[in-house]
Amino acid sequence: MEKNFLYEWFSKRIPLKNMIEFGKKKTVPVHKYSVWYYFGGICLFLFVVQVLTGIMLLLYYRPTAESAFESVQFIVTQVKFGWLVRSIHSWAANILIAASFIHMFSVYLMKSYRPPREMTWLTGFFLLLIFLAFGFSGYLLPWNELAFFATQVGTNMAGAIPLVGGYIKTFLRGGEEVTGATLIRFFGFHVAVLPGITTVLLAIHIYLVQVHGMSAPIGIEKNKIKEEPFFPNFILKDMVGWSLVLTLLVFLSVFFPWEIGVKADPFASAPVGIKPEWYFMFMFITLKFIPGKVLFFEGEVLGIFGFIFAGIIWMLLPFFDKKAAQEKRSTFFTLIGVFVILYISVITIVGYMLPGK
Amino acid sequence: MNNNKEVNIPRRSFIDYLLGGSILALIASVLYPTIKFIMPPKVPEASQSSVKAAKVGELAPNSYKIFRMGTKPGILIHTEDGKFIAMSAVCTHLGCIIQYRPDMQHVWCACHNGHFDLNGKVISGPPPLPLEVFQVNIVGDEIIVSKKG
Ligand code: FES
Repeated sequence: MEKNFLYEWFSKRIPLKNMIEFGKKKTVPVHKYSVWYYFGGICLFLFVVQVLTGIMLLLYYRPTAESAFESVQFIVTQVKFGWLVRSIHSWAANILIAASFIHMFSVYLMKSYRPPREMTWLTGFFLLLIFLAFGFSGYLLPWNELAFFATQVGTNMAGAIPLVGGYIKTFLRGGEEVTGATLIRFFGFHVAVLPGITTVLLAIHIYLVQVHGMSAPIGIEKNKIKEEPFFPNFILKDMVGWSLVLTLLVFLSVFFPWEIGVKADPFASAPVGIKPEWYFMFMFITLKFIPGKVLFFEGEVLGIFGFIFAGIIWMLLPFFDKKAAQEKRSTFFTLIGVFVILYISVITIVGYMLPGK
Repeated sequence: MNNNKEVNIPRRSFIDYLLGGSILALIASVLYPTIKFIMPPKVPEASQSSVKAAKVGELAPNSYKIFRMGTKPGILIHTEDGKFIAMSAVCTHLGCIIQYRPDMQHVWCACHNGHFDLNGKVISGPPPLPLEVFQVNIVGDEIIVSKKG
């Protein structure tokens, strides 16, 4: 009785009924590629994990050059379960980026970007960029040696862009050099600017997915395949996926706790064997292979423009894929996708096999 | 009637311009201070042109030390044959801090494997420019490094 009363009270004020109705009416196609449907939800789940653990870390973290490293040390050694929370935050960040890549490539290969879902693809693309920015800014926060040089190199790359590069670099660094000012800036991006942008993008992205429903791959006729209700069938399966991810996350955090490293010293040589995080590895190695000068251009500038250009093309591919828009197979675009996946994976593996000299 | 119309059109577009112009002015007056705010103020660079980098005897032959030259790091190298060489320690590639490799007897950047010789010239790797070499003077037991004018 009481339960009913509460439900009635709330549903008069919040459209609960409509939402449940929507969830029941919404269906998800069942076919042999259905596995890939879960990765978007996994990303969402990991993002929630990041928000929660991030807020927890905020209680103890201090964003200054003098005490950032020490405060992380404090979290890991003194705060109860601090090591676990920090480790989960770091691991979840990496798995989130990996899951986002998987999500993106599966969407790409299944051509789920075809009309009317181009905007969903665009918002997703920007979300991935934002996640990389989260990774880059968060990496500096413990203020250790590796982070210091990663930031040095990363911001210098932005600085290599002609005309505006200098301004971007100063803006990112909060001055001419990577200093405590940079740390505070990155902290601000990491805990305020980026979460704000993410919330908006994520809301649009998820809203669009609800509006358009799940896409069925080309060649699978929508009215011929089986469908299952989103609520409760699909959402329950989603939750199974989330608990698997959570298990993996805790396993990694417990058995491979994230290292703190050595405190950054702006007046010390870069350590031997310095490497970026794995998701920047393919760019790092590509830049390494471009010679210092190509014709009149600096290799750096050329490489950076190459990446920006490639990124823009990748972002716009759905608009070029006219065949997929007509529900026809578009092998050419599949090949582009396969090429990009192969390029990124091979170069990344090469990066880890190269000796550190 | 006709007259009226002719008067109206320019008046209309005049108001449009006025409106559009003031919206632009409004946007600009918000954007300008915002952009100025987020660009950090220039800190007057304590541009030291000469520093005491080390004491004689502090460095064994075939070893190096990173010292401060104003806000930037410099490297002081004591070569195998007893010479002191100083140069900027900021790699001209992407700004990592270089080091002296006793095993190769030249300067090396760990970030992307850049090699420089003891005159600051690039031997191999991605750095596009040579390192700036400083002047080294020994005054008493102090090694003074200064920028070449
Ligand atoms: S920063 Fe020195 S080689 Fe790239």
